[in-house]
Amino acid sequence: MSGEARDKRAPEPMARIERTFSGNAGLQIEEPLLFEVGRTEISGVDLPEPSNDKPRFGGLERQGEIGLPGLTEPEAMRHYVRLSQKNYAIDMGTYPLGSCTMKHNPRLNEKMARLPGFADIHPLQPQSSVQGALELMAMLADWLCEMTGMASVALSPKAGAHGELCGMTAIRAAHEAKGVKRSVVLVPESAHGTNPATAALLGYDVKAFPAREDGTVSVDAVREAMSDDVAGIMLTNPNTCGLFERDIVEIAEAVHEKGAYFYCDGANFNAIVGKVRPGDLGIDCMHINLHKTFSTPHGGGGPGSGPVVFSKALAPFAPVPFVERQGDACRLVETGEAAGDATPFGRLTAFHGQMGMFVRALAYMLSHGADGMRQASEDAVLNANYLRAGLSDLMSQPFGDQPCMHEVLFDDSFLKDTDITTHDLAKALIDEGYHPMTVYFPLVAHGAMLIEPTESESRAALDGFIAVMRDLAQSAQGGDVARFRDAPRYAPRRRLDETRAAREPVLRWRDGNVRQDDAAE
Amino acid sequence: MSDMKFSKDHEYVRMEGDVAVVGITNFAQKQLGDIVFVELPETGRTLAKGDEAAVVDSVKAAAEVYAPIGGEVVEVNGELNKNPALVNEDAEGGAWFFKLKVANMDELAELMDAGAYTAFAEGTA
Repeated sequence: MSGEARDKRAPEPMARIERTFSGNAGLQIEEPLLFEVGRTEISGVDLPEPSNDKPRFGGLERQGEIGLPGLTEPEAMRHYVRLSQKNYAIDMGTYPLGSCTMKHNPRLNEKMARLPGFADIHPLQPQSSVQGALELMAMLADWLCEMTGMASVALSPKAGAHGELCGMTAIRAAHEAKGVKRSVVLVPESAHGTNPATAALLGYDVKAFPAREDGTVSVDAVREAMSDDVAGIMLTNPNTCGLFERDIVEIAEAVHEKGAYFYCDGANFNAIVGKVRPGDLGIDCMHINLHKTFSTPHGGGGPGSGPVVFSKALAPFAPVPFVERQGDACRLVETGEAAGDATPFGRLTAFHGQMGMFVRALAYMLSHGADGMRQASEDAVLNANYLRAGLSDLMSQPFGDQPCMHEVLFDDSFLKDTDITTHDLAKALIDEGYHPMTVYFPLVAHGAMLIEPTESESRAALDGFIAVMRDLAQSAQGGDVARFRDAPRYAPRRRLDETRAAREPVLRWRDGNVRQDDAAE
Repeated sequence: MSDMKFSKDHEYVRMEGDVAVVGITNFAQKQLGDIVFVELPETGRTLAKGDEAAVVDSVKAAAEVYAPIGGEVVEVNGELNKNPALVNEDAEGGAWFFKLKVANMDELAELMDAGAYTAFAEGTA
């Protein structure tokens, strides 16, 4: 990076911000908390004085003021709109967050999800009045079973980790039905942190095992770790290093030989939709993040949704409720007694799951079709490899330069002796107008940077990202420490003091608990 | 520091009579970054070698601290609850985690000396 090019950069706008009277910079409004916008002694709406009816709370009525700020509708509206403008979203630019599949959310999905027959119904309505919604759930279930090659699906889990709990609970139920007690779950070191957490929550001892040198799990390591006390294995495929577990069929066999089950973390399903059916790999259950693989990622329109597909062996233990077709009609099976030969392990949620997400996911599937979804997976993998090819000469990969799946993993060895960390580089990326990639995960790579462009990005967008990353890498290697240490310079907030935030957390707003030194920043 | 012994999980042991002073190494502290929370074992608990004894949270990660040697916890360093940053400042001195009354002195021999540990840590980095 030459000094000349540096000079072309915009002058420091932060200096100007400090000089304005209001603290605002142009139309970038400095946003106070709602409690600082409203006042507790005023009300945003005029209500008639309550009549002097005797309270019927049996002495439990509130004695003091509740202390909420009174806000008018425009005050509340402006607060949230201004906050949303400070946010970065998939609808604003490239969002290369690894392991999160931040793909575009087609507007068609939104249109479908807002149809009154899906949006304005209630879970306690008579089933005869929501046959269309039940039909949609049945159709979604069919598509999910078809593309995974599995026997059944539980739609109710609310997101990935909840899906893990669902799948692992079914595995526990299957062992209990056989009258055996097993206490260990195998998890490779590269796993998502939720995997060991799920196993531990269910009372299992987690046994971690390392990957081999190329970043994948070897069947020998699994065989060595297996015993009659192992209930199951939790494996992500493609794994968190963006690599396909090529021994997966042999791993499944090794697990099944010992009477254990195979849970697959489906967070990375976007790499293989339409290419590989998890059921054919010997997987017994897997969650599918509808809100990643089938659009609508974080902030893209709705909450999470993590249906779990089950193999024949585990299908009888799948939770209620589920949709059953009866001739032309559909029925939501709500209790274990009504489930026929199946022995559901119970219920995970009050109702049937995230209806809005079911609609969006099915809209995505139907509008793409089987060929379109396969192409999306291929393009996601192609895009990740395009980034890898564009960056591999400047950045370092922990397991060597080999083809990746839908995401590419770099480590920080290319920053060695620069005094610049992965953290610094991520912050500098914000100044360049990009949301940072996933950093420091997976833990198996030192100073990891996990980049997942998804199929949504055009070649031009990828070229833009590559150019910025190359400039940053060269700048770091050229010793321009200030560009990184001071970053982000152009964001609404500069670098946060994460250490103090963790050591002295302020979790509740109280009048006056904004410290003087914070207010001055 | 030559009297210290080290584990592969980056704990150190410093012997004071038959009591082992246990903490995490300076290398481990540097790898973790700013430490924000330390969870210590209960006094009186008996730990086998390799048992999970404590937890360290940093801004980057949470890590378990394993007992590098078996024994009964006779004292914990309460100062770390109040000031976890001490681990960053003085990992191998004032920021010890707990003291163990060692059950089996032979286990000490299985640990690395300073030279072997430095070589091991450099290979890890």
